[in-house]
Amino acid sequence: MALIDAAGLAIEFPLYHHNARSLKQRILASSGLRLKTDTDNRVVVAALRELSFSIGDGERVALVGPNGAGKTTLLRTVAGVYEPVAGQLRVEGEIGSLIDPAAGMDPLLTGRENVVLRALYRGMTEAEGRALADEVAGFAGLGDFLEVPIRGYSAGMNVRLSFAMATAMTPEILLMDEWFLAGDAEFMARASERLAQLVTGAQILLIATHDMSVVRKWCTRAIRLEGGRITADGPVAEVLGPAEED
Amino acid sequence: MRDATARVHAFDAATPRRRERAIEDLADGLVRWRLAWALARSDITHRYRGSVLGPFWLTLSTAVMLGALGFLYAKLFRIDPTEYLPWLSVSLIVWNVLSATVTDATTSLTSAEGVIRQMPLPYSVHAMRVVIRNALMAAHNLPLVVVVFLIFGVPFTWMALLAIPGFLLIGIGGFAAAILLGMVCARFRDIPPIVGSLMQVAFFVSAVIWKPEMVGHWEPFLPLNPVFAVMETVRAPIMGRTGGIVVWVAAFAWTGLLVATAWAFFVRFRGRIAFWV
Repeated sequence: MALIDAAGLAIEFPLYHHNARSLKQRILASSGLRLKTDTDNRVVVAALRELSFSIGDGERVALVGPNGAGKTTLLRTVAGVYEPVAGQLRVEGEIGSLIDPAAGMDPLLTGRENVVLRALYRGMTEAEGRALADEVAGFAGLGDFLEVPIRGYSAGMNVRLSFAMATAMTPEILLMDEWFLAGDAEFMARASERLAQLVTGAQILLIATHDMSVVRKWCTRAIRLEGGRITADGPVAEVLGPAEED
Repeated sequence: MRDATARVHAFDAATPRRRERAIEDLADGLVRWRLAWALARSDITHRYRGSVLGPFWLTLSTAVMLGALGFLYAKLFRIDPTEYLPWLSVSLIVWNVLSATVTDATTSLTSAEGVIRQMPLPYSVHAMRVVIRNALMAAHNLPLVVVVFLIFGVPFTWMALLAIPGFLLIGIGGFAAAILLGMVCARFRDIPPIVGSLMQVAFFVSAVIWKPEMVGHWEPFLPLNPVFAVMETVRAPIMGRTGGIVVWVAAFAWTGLLVATAWAFFVRFRGRIAFWV
């Protein structure tokens, strides 16, 4: 059973390292924006405002919306990185997160060593990590490059490695940000296949993207975020409108 | 292969359960000691990557400092170098451990920013990483004490074993400092330079290069300085003395105070760390 359930979820980012006073003047000048002052008189950005949704087993959900709509913030909140300032969030199931490909990777270690390191991050032992590395090697298709320090990797190779690692751990909830689209066509085809396998069980895919063809191909549901609020939620065809002919 | 963390995470902003979450953080962090160990070890190998002596550069620079300061201050203080140098070797090395731990503690969380914003890892792992990294550095420096003692024919006594609880105190204090300073420094970016200059002052006022008995009737007041008290719990036993009950009580009290403060901050502000880094 995998489940993501949010009710009245809100996230606010305090603007700590900025000139709060001049910001306040700007807010006074232009009201109704997402910048506001909270109860302690701090300037905050309302990143997510009163989100309520429920995602259940086997759903492949796309988060769409303009830059700064709160897509990545929502992914991070679901991952458990940010604690909401209001509302409830309940997430059931193991999470695999592909939010920042470089985080938790050590550029001076080889691909294989990085897999072991990631396994440690996930609370596994080194022996389990080495077993995982063999599994990842098969899927990532990096060949001998797996034994090379990853700082020599191209962006696409990094993506392959991260994606292979995240999916090899068989998460029940896979969170993905749009960067993974940097893979080449052959990789995308394999990734698509792998994701299909993943979500046939009781699993959830939550992906933030601007690429509508990915949304139509991979997802069953779309949530449109604008200004930190949900403006549309439903089947892909309904939210995006009918597919355009390319 | 299953993740060791809880399969379900639920959060209700109305009932944040801060204390339970802080306890969970510590417990989960301890379970992942392997991660803290692997990170700390790679920190050290990376810092000295490609260098011939590696972490022993630290040993060498301490040795140079020891030689230079030792003979100069023995002359200035009019003490016999054969008596002063062994004492200074312990003093400098223990000080190095303390000051490096405190300096590292200020960046314990900001240096892990990328990871903190990617996955919900227990924050205690980052603090453990600081402690282990500094313990490894200390292990590279301590043999220098043995060398100096051999050169000057100073005997080791069983009393030296009493230094172990002293080191443990530094370890626990370092862990608490890494949590407290890590958080405070993530929120207020002016703190690390302040800590840096305070440590410089501490070097001169904490009886690192001068002997406690040199201040005469001020000596009883020295344990009021936490740096002195904690340092003395390691230095005195290695020199074959207990250090006296007052020093030990003071060291435990200061460490206790640090731990309590760190805990209070951690419980209250743990949820904000991800927004601060």
